[in-house]
Amino acid sequence: MLMQSAHSLHELENPSEFIPRHIGIDAAAERHMLSVIGEASRQALIDAIVPRSIVRSRPMELPAALTEAAALAELKTIAARNQVFKSFIGQGYHGTHTPGVILRNVLENPAWYTAYTPYQAEISQGRLEALVNFQTMVCDLTAMPIANASMLDEATAAAEAMTLARRSVKSTSNRFIVAGDCHPQTIEVIQTRARPLGIDVLLANSATEWHAALDGDYFAVLAQYPSTSGRIDDLRGDVQKVHAKHAAFIVAADLLALTLLVPPGEWDADIVVGTTQRLGMPMGAGGPHAAYLACRDAFKRSLPGRLVGVSIDAHGNPAYRLALQTREQHIRREKATSNICTAQVLPAVVASMYAVYHGPHGLERIAQRIASYTAILAQGLEQLGHVPRPGGAFDTLSVKTGDATESIAARARSLRVNLRTYFQDYLCISLDETTTRDDVALLWKIFAKDGQPLPSFAQFEKGIAPLIPTELRRTSAFLTHPVFNTHHSETSMLRYIRALSDKDLALDRSMIPLGSCTMKLNATSEMIPVTWPEFANMHPFAPREQLQGYAELDEQLRAWLCQATGYAGISLQPNAGSQGEYAGLLAIKAFHESNGQPRRNICLIPSSAHGTNPASAQMAGMRVVVVACDAGGNVDMADLQAKCELHSDALAAVMITYPSTHGVFETQVRELCALVHRHGGRVYVDGANMNALVGLAAPGEFGGDVSHLNLHKTFCIPHGGGGPGVGPVCVVADLVPFLPGHNSAVQSGAYAATGRSAGPSQASPAPSGGSVVHAATSVGAIAAAPLGNAGVLPISWMYCRMMGADGLKQATEVAILSANYISARLRDHYPTLYASEGKGGKPGHVAHECILDLRPLKEASGVGAEDVAKRLIDYGFHAPTLSFPVAGTLMIEPTESETLDELDRFIDAMVAIREEIRRIERGEWPRDANPLKLAPHTAASLLKDDWAHPYSRLVAAAVLDSGRHAKYWPPVGRVDNAYGDRNLFCSCVPISAYE
Amino acid sequence: MTIKYTQNHEWIKLGEGSGAATVGITQHAQEALGDVVFVELPELARSYAQGEVAGVVESVKAAADVYMPIAGEVTEVNEALRGDPSLANSDPLAAGWFFKIRIKDASELEALMDDTAYAQFSEAA
Repeated sequence: MLMQSAHSLHELENPSEFIPRHIGIDAAAERHMLSVIGEASRQALIDAIVPRSIVRSRPMELPAALTEAAALAELKTIAARNQVFKSFIGQGYHGTHTPGVILRNVLENPAWYTAYTPYQAEISQGRLEALVNFQTMVCDLTAMPIANASMLDEATAAAEAMTLARRSVKSTSNRFIVAGDCHPQTIEVIQTRARPLGIDVLLANSATEWHAALDGDYFAVLAQYPSTSGRIDDLRGDVQKVHAKHAAFIVAADLLALTLLVPPGEWDADIVVGTTQRLGMPMGAGGPHAAYLACRDAFKRSLPGRLVGVSIDAHGNPAYRLALQTREQHIRREKATSNICTAQVLPAVVASMYAVYHGPHGLERIAQRIASYTAILAQGLEQLGHVPRPGGAFDTLSVKTGDATESIAARARSLRVNLRTYFQDYLCISLDETTTRDDVALLWKIFAKDGQPLPSFAQFEKGIAPLIPTELRRTSAFLTHPVFNTHHSETSMLRYIRALSDKDLALDRSMIPLGSCTMKLNATSEMIPVTWPEFANMHPFAPREQLQGYAELDEQLRAWLCQATGYAGISLQPNAGSQGEYAGLLAIKAFHESNGQPRRNICLIPSSAHGTNPASAQMAGMRVVVVACDAGGNVDMADLQAKCELHSDALAAVMITYPSTHGVFETQVRELCALVHRHGGRVYVDGANMNALVGLAAPGEFGGDVSHLNLHKTFCIPHGGGGPGVGPVCVVADLVPFLPGHNSAVQSGAYAATGRSAGPSQASPAPSGGSVVHAATSVGAIAAAPLGNAGVLPISWMYCRMMGADGLKQATEVAILSANYISARLRDHYPTLYASEGKGGKPGHVAHECILDLRPLKEASGVGAEDVAKRLIDYGFHAPTLSFPVAGTLMIEPTESETLDELDRFIDAMVAIREEIRRIERGEWPRDANPLKLAPHTAASLLKDDWAHPYSRLVAAAVLDSGRHAKYWPPVGRVDNAYGDRNLFCSCVPISAYE
Repeated sequence: MTIKYTQNHEWIKLGEGSGAATVGITQHAQEALGDVVFVELPELARSYAQGEVAGVVESVKAAADVYMPIAGEVTEVNEALRGDPSLANSDPLAAGWFFKIRIKDASELEALMDDTAYAQFSEAA
């Protein structure tokens, strides 16, 4: 029977289907929340909060929302424009088999990818253990004593190693020597980073130049091992020379190769960097991948990035947590050693699991296979008259092909194979884990002249010896810890992965109300395309015509983000917010220089700014001058004016966050921007709080000149437990020429490090192929890959495509609504700091987050913000942001994705905790023995026969809703930070520690 | 024995007669820092200007520079503190000393605070 529908066909098709899937608050919930807040409608609430002076002049112009299925179908057609060739390009990016058990249970598993950075150690033990495995793996393979928990990519790791060396060695020289046969993208990033710091980068373009340079003056050197064209140099003699100069020897090394090669730690290298991509992470057109940085013990206090260490918990059991936190920029600000905040935790976990899964023998077998195929390939090529260059090889051969170079490369492409053109007359071939016998035979076919008989495997198979020089073959053991020698059956591996993720709280279990972090939904449909082969298996330096799908994705996403921000140009290259910030400041600096005003180097930063701001300014070669904030947390306009006038001639920029880090829409932001512009400075608007602006106001419209976005906050890329991030830099029209970019030759797969690099023969000029973003004015490469963490860009594309302009605006409004609901409901229990001024005696509003002031509790009860944070764990919640931007406070950002039920569950927990504090205030519980001070409570501690605390086990367990929600049990008690930092230990714990 | 204080919460105690002095961080400073986990001490035999950074003190929640209260040459550093940084918490004015100097210009001491002035200053801080 045909029923008459009450809905139009359009309604039945429901193209906006995804919007209410993303936004957790429905119409009924919204009415209730508005009544609690005391506003008549969502529009009235927004009107009361967002200053009229900044409201967008017109709505965003984005394509209308699509359903999940339709958006996936559209993206599939874009993905299909990427051509997945077999890649033998190498250059730091290799084919790899992600073991299925890791692909599905780590990389594609929300328990891992929706977790936050492990600041709250007690709810992060699983990923902290995986990161300790990562650090141990790096230490073992490099033979270095200490390694951090990952870096953004190999190139930035090398640049960080350069600055680490500069502040750690005795040499006072300004010069950094780079072997010309390092990966060209590494050289480019080093050049970008060295320039503002006044470091003189000397490229040694031949063995002669290298040895001459080592006799000169320098603070550090960098060499690649094996080199970018595959050679394996014995660098052991050079290290002695470098140390005699009180300088540091930095090695960029391939971890898989190090299973077979004498590791740099055994020949006294000071710092070792590299990528772990080929340990199970797809190429993804350049990222995300985990790079690593390991160093000698004496440098450990200066090690950039995150470091996981082992400490003990309140019960004396081993427990992991982030170590040496005070080195980070949120403490050190402009004195910070680096602006790195994000790591690449998810890719680092994948790499560590790959090592756990394969173990030392499995890794060695893979490496031996690659090395053997390489040796066989070499013999066959030789038989065909193409003799590979001598100098040893692990996985990469370079062959002088002269005039035939392009025709051989073209024949390869016709067979869907990519080789690397190295200068104009060499071809490099790099084998990897995925290479088969058939591939080797295909390569012979490509190099054979017409009619030339092809070599056969049978000829070479017996007695094949790898091309690794005998004296450089590794003899030492690695990955000897039981964790790398236990989980080799899939059952065991599956359970190990599950056991670790069960220890952690991620978004798949509960709300993560972290202020300033925007822990919103990472929808499954947004995640699915990431591992499509058309996106995952692309080499970043494949010929441009094969990357058309990525080019289209890049173009569309940039256009949409321009709409969202009001800017004229965007680069998606920065692979973290900090990198976007740095690129933006470099653009400002380059702009002033191009205007003949190189003296402009003062960067004004409000005292309330996130610590990354001053750290980035310092790295960009600017001088930081701090501007005061008033009692309301706003920029002190009088102080800003005074400092603008004082530094008028030297003013480069001001960096503000909007809404402010205090969660307030400052009403004077237009005036602030105008004031800075009058003094010739540019305005940097930190996009950390963009989730309060999208669709309502655009920084490019209200006076900003540059912003970075955090696609991992506002645009749904998951936090991955502490990375990957994507931090696009967005600029107004006159700054577009200064956006970051790669040298054309690197980008098109041909080799040249800005045309000055080392080669097998004489350095030849780079082929000037392809159009590069304003090559003459660009600030240069700031990440290894042209599109940075390209592999996760489909996530933000899907989000925008499924939400449309209306959906994105609605998300912003509901994020603000939810924050105000929490603030209103908790107001009687914990005062909100920095609400706007209320009208008619009503309490004021907040933006998309609220700060609860816990300082008054300290005196009456001895309870601090940290105790509340730890007690929330017992109630099954990740704590809000602790003590930022004000010490002794908690900052809550619910985002638009949480349901009213979940908001209420959180509020109930906060109210229950306040009641517990009142009992302490009344003297019912001692100040040092109460459920807050002893939080969090493990199951084991509650099951002990002797329970000696003045509160019951039931109170300790904090089961609020009669068990409707599954109880989360933290695996460890409160972690002792001081113990861990005084007894630094950053590798796998010996099993005996648990006995 | 004279003890003086800086606005950066270092103390400097004069030795007997010889132009020598001992430097450390104050009770107020160690309370504000919390558990000290690491110290970086100055170079022996190096001369520092007044106000120059001569060391670093790190706790689990903060990192602070230690400034030279007055100009001088470093004659000794507290190796015991390097080995057990918690001495800066448990005994900041005695066993938790940082380094000793040979004073270059004793008149620089005059501008520093005495007990009473510092008590008022740290109260207000």
